Amino acid sequence: MADKIVLEIARYAPDRDEAPSFQSFEVPLRKEWVVLDALNHIKDKVDGTLTYRWSCRMGICGSCGMMVNGEPKLTCATFLSSYGNNARVRVEPLRYFPVVRDLVTALSDFLVKLQKVKPWLIRRDQPPLSAGEFLQTPEQLDLYKQFSMCINCTLCYAACPVVGLDQEFVGPAALALAQRYNLDNRDQGSAERLATLAHPDGIWGCTFVGECTRVCPKHVDPAGAIQQYKLTAALDWVKSFILPRGHEDQHPGAAHD
Amino acid sequence: MTGKSAIESSKTKPSSEAFFWLLFSAGGVVAAVLIPIQLFLFGLAFPLGWLPAPSYDHLMALVHSPLARLYLFFLCSLPLFHWAHRFRFTLYDGLQVKHLNEVIFAFCYGGALLGTVLAAYLLWSI
Amino acid sequence: MTDQSITDQAARSEFHPRWYRERVSTWWWLGEWHYLKFILRELTSISVAWFVVLTLFQLRALLHGPEAYARFTNLLQSPILIALNVIAFCFAVFHTITWFNLAPRAMPVRMGGKRVPEFLVAAPNYLLWVAVSAFVGWLLLRTP
Repeated sequence: MADKIVLEIARYAPDRDEAPSFQSFEVPLRKEWVVLDALNHIKDKVDGTLTYRWSCRMGICGSCGMMVNGEPKLTCATFLSSYGNNARVRVEPLRYFPVVRDLVTALSDFLVKLQKVKPWLIRRDQPPLSAGEFLQTPEQLDLYKQFSMCINCTLCYAACPVVGLDQEFVGPAALALAQRYNLDNRDQGSAERLATLAHPDGIWGCTFVGECTRVCPKHVDPAGAIQQYKLTAALDWVKSFILPRGHEDQHPGAAHD
Repeated sequence: MTGKSAIESSKTKPSSEAFFWLLFSAGGVVAAVLIPIQLFLFGLAFPLGWLPAPSYDHLMALVHSPLARLYLFFLCSLPLFHWAHRFRFTLYDGLQVKHLNEVIFAFCYGGALLGTVLAAYLLWSI
Repeated sequence: MTDQSITDQAARSEFHPRWYRERVSTWWWLGEWHYLKFILRELTSISVAWFVVLTLFQLRALLHGPEAYARFTNLLQSPILIALNVIAFCFAVFHTITWFNLAPRAMPVRMGGKRVPEFLVAAPNYLLWVAVSAFVGWLLLRTP
């Protein structure tokens, strides 16, 4: 009588398997359940060896990203009921990442790339504490706020074909976060990020497919961030041609002055 | 373009990809605004008789003005560079032939340059 | 930071398990409608190049005199060329639409501290397109 749904889950144990295979699990279709609830149910009641990442279960930690029926999704935000009664739902680890085990991907690549873009406030001068806090108007905040919403869930990496085709490509989230800091008026580090960003593996590898923006659960619009930076980098290149010497990073003044 | 060692060379100078991207963008705008109407008229409406085709003399009179020649030059050149950039990346990503990097680069931008030169020659001679 | 592949760097541990890495197929773009739409958008560049080639031949025909130009216009009436131009025209319009719709993402417009909605940024592009097209049409269609 109770509604059911079948999850076809990718299994991979490196000590046992050459490649992933699928295992089917029948799960009750509860109205309020998300895919993550189904996975937890399976792990609790059916097969304790099922391995996957999750944490906050409310769409803010970015841990539970997986491919659900071929789409990168946060499993804590994807309702089972949207797939219909008696549906078969395929759950796989995020695409374009190496698979460590079952649904767990290796994020080392991403973390190295994230670090490369220096996603933190870089200051050339350090004002004394007595000067007080950095002040920022709502308009200045609005310039970068959208890009600051990134939760590093890497759904965008699973959506971006360039990430899959070019292992060195820095990728949507990292580039968007770099732009978040470039646009922050408290930051003075645009020049330092330039080499990583304005590089064939940086923004110039992006062909504006736009899939990253489509799948982003926090509406960061990394594609928009990248295109905006392309314009900035292009104008910067033109400037470097016209005034090769004394080519200083043209950055809007810090919040203090 | 050489990928791995490019990080060193671009340490102080932004990558020259910016130049090709600017050409791509300019070409994209020209193509977006002008190609549909030109292709519609010369490729469909005039040959199929939907609209009266301009006579040879009318066209020559139009083309002779320096403004028209400039217009036609940019109409031919910039979209070619748009094609070059976009097609280059389509080959890289679509067919995964990035290892043929230099050949593709030469074919695409070389082709665009050739077209530009031809356009300049033709518009100068008319 | 060495130039070695990032995955190699991360995978240097002696106790590292064997990760599974799937190779992206050459036909990756057929796997999903969104990917296919993207590739079709990229392929519009071919119709752009086609138009330029056509125009170059047209200019050459003009240069060689009225008979040459008449031969050129006759060629344009052949079914093959009509078919090709129909396809090229469809792709050209697809390029225009995708280009104008994506332009606001590359150049966010802010007025009064808030972001102008995208369709309001795209709209002037469409208006410009219509106006310029009308002008070009008028130039070519008017009887001198």
